[in-house]
Amino acid sequence: MSTDDPRDPTDPPGPDPDQPPEAPLIVADKNDAEAEIEAAREREAEAFKVGLEAGFTQRLVAALTGTSVIVTILAFASALVIGAFVIALSEEPVREALGYFTARPGDAIAAGWTAISEAYIALVQGAVGGRSQISETLVSSTPLILTGLAVAIALRAGLFNIGAEGQLIAGGVAAGFVGFAITGLPLVVHLPLAIIAGIAAGAIYGWVPGILKARTGAHEVISTIMLNNIAFLVSAWLLSTALFRQPDRSDPVSKTVQNSARFPRFFSDLRVNYAIVLALVLAVAIFWLVERSTRGFELNAVGLNPDAATTAGMDPARTIIRAMSTGGAMAGAAGAATILGVQGRLTIGFSAGLGFDGITVALLGRGRIGGTVAAGLLLGALKAGGRSMQAQTGTSLDLVLVIQALIIVFIAAPGLVRAIFRIRAEDLAAGQVAKGWGS
Amino acid sequence: MKLELKGITKRFPGVVANDHVDVVVEPGEVHGLLGENGAGKSTLMNILYGLYTADEGEIFIDDQLVHLRGPGDAIAAGIGMVHQHFMLVPVFTVAENIVLGVEHTQRLGKLDRARASREVSELAQKSGLPVDPDAVVEDLPVGVQQRVEILKALYRDARLLILDEPTAVLTPQEIDDLFEAIRGFVAEGRSVVFISHKLREHRAIADRVSVLRRGRIVGTADPREATEQELANLMVGRPVELVVDKPVAKPGEVAFEVADVSVQDLTGKVTVDGVSFSVRKGEILAIAGVEGNGQTPLIRAVTGLEPLAGGQVSASGTSIAGRTRKEVLRGGLGHVPEDRNRDGLVADFSVAENLVLNLWDVEPFAKRGTLQFRVIADHARRLVDAYDVRTPSVETPAGSLSGGNQQKLVIAREFDQPIDVLVASQPTRGIDVGSIEYVHKQLVAKRDEGTAILLVSSELDEILALADRVAVMFQGRLVGPYDMPVSKEALGRLMAGADPAEVLATGADR
Repeated sequence: MSTDDPRDPTDPPGPDPDQPPEAPLIVADKNDAEAEIEAAREREAEAFKVGLEAGFTQRLVAALTGTSVIVTILAFASALVIGAFVIALSEEPVREALGYFTARPGDAIAAGWTAISEAYIALVQGAVGGRSQISETLVSSTPLILTGLAVAIALRAGLFNIGAEGQLIAGGVAAGFVGFAITGLPLVVHLPLAIIAGIAAGAIYGWVPGILKARTGAHEVISTIMLNNIAFLVSAWLLSTALFRQPDRSDPVSKTVQNSARFPRFFSDLRVNYAIVLALVLAVAIFWLVERSTRGFELNAVGLNPDAATTAGMDPARTIIRAMSTGGAMAGAAGAATILGVQGRLTIGFSAGLGFDGITVALLGRGRIGGTVAAGLLLGALKAGGRSMQAQTGTSLDLVLVIQALIIVFIAAPGLVRAIFRIRAEDLAAGQVAKGWGS
Repeated sequence: MKLELKGITKRFPGVVANDHVDVVVEPGEVHGLLGENGAGKSTLMNILYGLYTADEGEIFIDDQLVHLRGPGDAIAAGIGMVHQHFMLVPVFTVAENIVLGVEHTQRLGKLDRARASREVSELAQKSGLPVDPDAVVEDLPVGVQQRVEILKALYRDARLLILDEPTAVLTPQEIDDLFEAIRGFVAEGRSVVFISHKLREHRAIADRVSVLRRGRIVGTADPREATEQELANLMVGRPVELVVDKPVAKPGEVAFEVADVSVQDLTGKVTVDGVSFSVRKGEILAIAGVEGNGQTPLIRAVTGLEPLAGGQVSASGTSIAGRTRKEVLRGGLGHVPEDRNRDGLVADFSVAENLVLNLWDVEPFAKRGTLQFRVIADHARRLVDAYDVRTPSVETPAGSLSGGNQQKLVIAREFDQPIDVLVASQPTRGIDVGSIEYVHKQLVAKRDEGTAILLVSSELDEILALADRVAVMFQGRLVGPYDMPVSKEALGRLMAGADPAEVLATGADR
């Protein structure tokens, strides 16, 4: 036997001076233990690795929740930069100046800069530039926070809830119905009743794909997409029935919700109302549920590794049903907030894609509860600011949609962001947030 | 073919996986690569197969410098690799799998199946690896699937064959056949790199052994001269105890009884057929057998993870029928699952969370539905110390730990509770020698506390070291149990399906 490496001579046979012979194995030499600990620390610092064995949704969840804060912020920034080019190119003066770009490039750049800065300044001012702007931001944020939570809870259980839109419609219809059909109740009874109706309807509408998945294995993405269509069409049909339709109107608009079932406003001249309080209270409750409770422990374990959860004695089927129902309840609350807080009556298409926006919110929030609330406020600000931008500079509100879509693209492809910004996995380690739960 | 690796260095973020590795494989040589999990064997072979690019160092094939940018380059250079996990298309036939990627086609791209079948048949004949070219791969036993993998490499005219842990899935008899085939390859002038963490196998087949530890070659040995003890010490870097020190068992009453249990898979196929045994307190009953003979469904069924198609199971005197898995576990059953990554741990959960994975909703870890993080962390710190889990902190995700430490984590969780029955499946699979020693000691200690232990293992050495009684699983049926000692040869024959009356009748075997 020969030893090639002079740096690491093989231990000579015989007793090792560092090791008392009676307890040799359990505590091996210190260097060994330290090396193992060091190796573990380094593996922890490595970028998130997705197991080949994991199913599609699990991989998706892992990829999303494993994305670091830095990547998320950079994804948002990248979306704004590309949005800036879209703004510049959509302006007539900029396109004209581009025509003679080689002769006088300064013109095109100056015109582009003016267009971009004006649009973005208008966007920011429209979002937070004054009390009425902040009011509008909060109004826009309220349903986004709730539908974001609807998607985020399911995401944590390893499910992709595309059905927030349908659940929101179900909640809005139920809340609206209780709001206009029952009369003569005081606000303290009527409003909670209508909210509960909305939450319950959303929960039931989320329970359906949950139980389909748990009992039959039907994929929740497919079933929730279909349930969205069903909710939309049923709500449209309901608006044509005498039960719902405003008698003196020929177009499909429901009766108006009683004042006793409307969320009171904070200030009579601003639209912001107590629905935002409801959203924040529910967010706190969901935070406890997902991050602090035993149910949340099961939810996270099932989402990250259903086999290990089963082996440890948990019940993934029940957890899936609970997660989908709770998510549905949040989307139902969003429906109630929209109808009872802002619109006051049901119209066809009142959901306006708020449920789908919830997917953006949850992804931008990286599936975490605090992150989802923050992302809801941010996208609410974009929405409110975008409307003001359109009014002031003529830049289309669709730009906000473009930015939203770009955010999703960048977040869904963290590798792209890393490549653009040349971030290496180890540099991200510091910003990496634990993927599990609790911290 | 002569292969020379010079100064190969590969760094991963913060880790040097290979540190100036020099290896020379001579033509016609079986070169053993020995090392614990995580020593850098796989990284080195992936560099050789073009899957990774080395940060430093050069590869010479027949004294020519080569640059391997992908497996295509490696195959073109005459390197063939048989992965630990087979890369076969299950619904294709043997011949289709072998020619896949280099297939001959007729007009309009129609596959020339007859030619493929004929060529594969000839190749199989010539290389001493008999297979039916028209059999569908998913119907074949793993041993034969491995032959298909090897033939795939030979079909591409591999002159250097890398076998990554090839014996893990084979019976002793199949291992002998494989070694025979390997000797045939080297006789033709091919070279073989044989990767294994089993010392005995290196001594049986390798001409030379290079030992890797923490990314460095720490020694090269002639396996016929070096003893197993010497190789083990070299691999681990300190003296290792290869034999488990085990006092005589003092069996008590029966704590775990399995009577006439049958299990069916989803397609209705019987995977476990009328299995009966009982385990008494204070003894280890070991179930030996090549993987895939029904051990996995048996264990899943008797621990309440899967329904029984027939029969009864009782743990601590109570039938498990009609009880949920949670109730079975809380009734005093510990279970170390065979695949710790899939079933034992949530990789993204912290060490502390994994240590309460089975007790997450009971006091003192939870109160009124709220997790008590401080209690959970204190509990984790105590277990990490007591079971020597090497982790930077209890907040570290379990997935970052080494395989051995992950297993210690599972052991700590399952052992540190009052249990009457412990079911341990493949408790030392894929972990380093030091951790194996540790797990074996813990199992014996738990037995001596009066726990009834059911051990399932495909490692004969482990069975022989730990069992008080032994049974063998073959094609869903259980042979035995028999009191130890039963010889290794007898167990090997039973694992291959020999008639027990015949095997055990010859007195020499007992």
